[in-house]
Amino acid sequence: MNETRYSRTHEWVRKEGEKILIGISQHAQDELGDIVYVELPSVGACINAGQSFGVVESVKAASDLYAPVSGEITAVNDRLQDEPGLINQDAEGDGWIIAVKDVSDADWNALMTEADYKTTL
Amino acid sequence: MAEKLIFEKGSSGRSAFSLPELDTPETTLPEGLLRQEPLRLPEVSEPEVVRHYTNLSRLNYGLDQGFYPLGSCTMKYNPKINELLAAMPAFTGVHPYQQEKYAQGCLRLLYELQDMLAGITGMKAMTLQPAAGAHGELTGMLMVKAYYEALGQARGRVIVPDSAHGTNPATAAMCGFEVVEVASNARGGVDMAALDKLMDDNTAAIMLTNPNTLGLFEEEILAIADLVHGRGGQLYYDGANLNAIMGWARPGDMGFDVIHLNLHKTFATPHGGGGPGAGPVGVAEHLIPFLPVPVVSRGSEGYELDYKRPQSIGRVRSFICNFTVCLKAYAYILSMGSDGLRQAAADAVLNANYLQERLKESYNLPYDRRCMHEFVLSALRQKEENGVRAIDIAKRLIDYGYHPPTMYFPLIVQEALMIEPTESESLEGLNAFVEAMLKISEEAEENPDLLRTAPHVTPISRPDETRAARQPNICLD
Repeated sequence: MNETRYSRTHEWVRKEGEKILIGISQHAQDELGDIVYVELPSVGACINAGQSFGVVESVKAASDLYAPVSGEITAVNDRLQDEPGLINQDAEGDGWIIAVKDVSDADWNALMTEADYKTTL
Repeated sequence: MAEKLIFEKGSSGRSAFSLPELDTPETTLPEGLLRQEPLRLPEVSEPEVVRHYTNLSRLNYGLDQGFYPLGSCTMKYNPKINELLAAMPAFTGVHPYQQEKYAQGCLRLLYELQDMLAGITGMKAMTLQPAAGAHGELTGMLMVKAYYEALGQARGRVIVPDSAHGTNPATAAMCGFEVVEVASNARGGVDMAALDKLMDDNTAAIMLTNPNTLGLFEEEILAIADLVHGRGGQLYYDGANLNAIMGWARPGDMGFDVIHLNLHKTFATPHGGGGPGAGPVGVAEHLIPFLPVPVVSRGSEGYELDYKRPQSIGRVRSFICNFTVCLKAYAYILSMGSDGLRQAAADAVLNANYLQERLKESYNLPYDRRCMHEFVLSALRQKEENGVRAIDIAKRLIDYGYHPPTMYFPLIVQEALMIEPTESESLEGLNAFVEAMLKISEEAEENPDLLRTAPHVTPISRPDETRAARQPNICLD
């Protein structure tokens, strides 16, 4: 079972074997409304926990994406360029935004479990 | 019924004009410069053109038709006398490149307006150049940057509250600063402990609105100013909400170093599509050398445009300013007088508090305290209990003949509805709006679909904003 954890800024992180995927939560996509544009970072760039790594734009607002952990980007979800609505359809699955590596245990352990995250909503 | 596009009207060969007969020899252009296909223009008669645009204009909604409670935008009534004055040939006939000695009246007006705005805000000097609020912000922050460069200090960060207008972080980023967000506290003000941690010697400025975007007065403003100044930073004042305190309190006295105003909000000049704006910038003493050129000043031979300012950030626009906008603000200030401006601010605050009190039972009021010129409701209860969102309530207001309030801003309030009545509304007008809002709150419970499908009275109900943004196609075919 791949565990998913959450940040206070409504991003999720999931370990799938070697891959670590990051996206925004189901709750976050619901709050944002229809997403119309995603500004993706480049593969090979580093993200720093708590800092912005991209932007999602919905019909309501443009919002920064905050890195839930530090690491190096190994892939970005290119499908979002043409189909930003994937985040609305499947925020925590097909709507993943980036994949990263070299995430520290300390960063992972600082994230909330799904149960803890739900109590914050 | 929706008005067709003008391209969908008329028929081939129809036109609304006839050119006079050719009275010069006909010449032909070189083949390579000729169009291969005729220009596609609408082919309509004069009555069709007139009806088309008249019908479109009747679909418009403005303050001259009704209540326009668009929070943060201060949609106050624009007195018609200002338009009459701005249309006087003495002003419309002046060219911006006219020699200064032949434009003394206009320069005097600008000089006096600078002086009046400096007096109202407690600043030492003003520039009228910036063409609108965001442009004013950019001008102000460029001066802050130039100031630190002159001091030889590398300060690369700017702090903005999480409730800030989006233009604040955008401005700071445009100037090359890193933007850091400071959280709001439970009362809706800046969290002093968080600010204390963020404010370091790499921070150039904090950008604040007071009252803030929740319509709340920043009670700790003097402590914030002490903290920021104590660590060598500047305080930037976003003047979007000046209408609440005009004549009662001055940003300069609160410790702000640089401010911008929106003449098209606070000083009753047309807003949005009604005309260009103006975003004058005021500064404290130490920033005067950095003001953009030219500065309107008074010399031994009358009023003049001063370009000899070596530390100036340079020009920020062509010519001098949006002159007739400044003229209208000047006329507004003179016709109101200082007591009138004070009264306007007081009435704006009273109107907002009256609406807030009457609506806070039916809608959530996340920050329940005395508001200033505007307040922010939340439709969270309607969303949770009836599946009706802020946008549905806003759209339903159109059916009742009102312009909707600002929605989904500030970002720290979920399902936000930001309401600013301004001083222009009478008690009867406010009561009618309250009745509509209370009725809509009942409708949300009894017939939520009525709201979800609103508006029902407009030719187009809800444009597909999502598709328009995802697949923008602005071509006719």
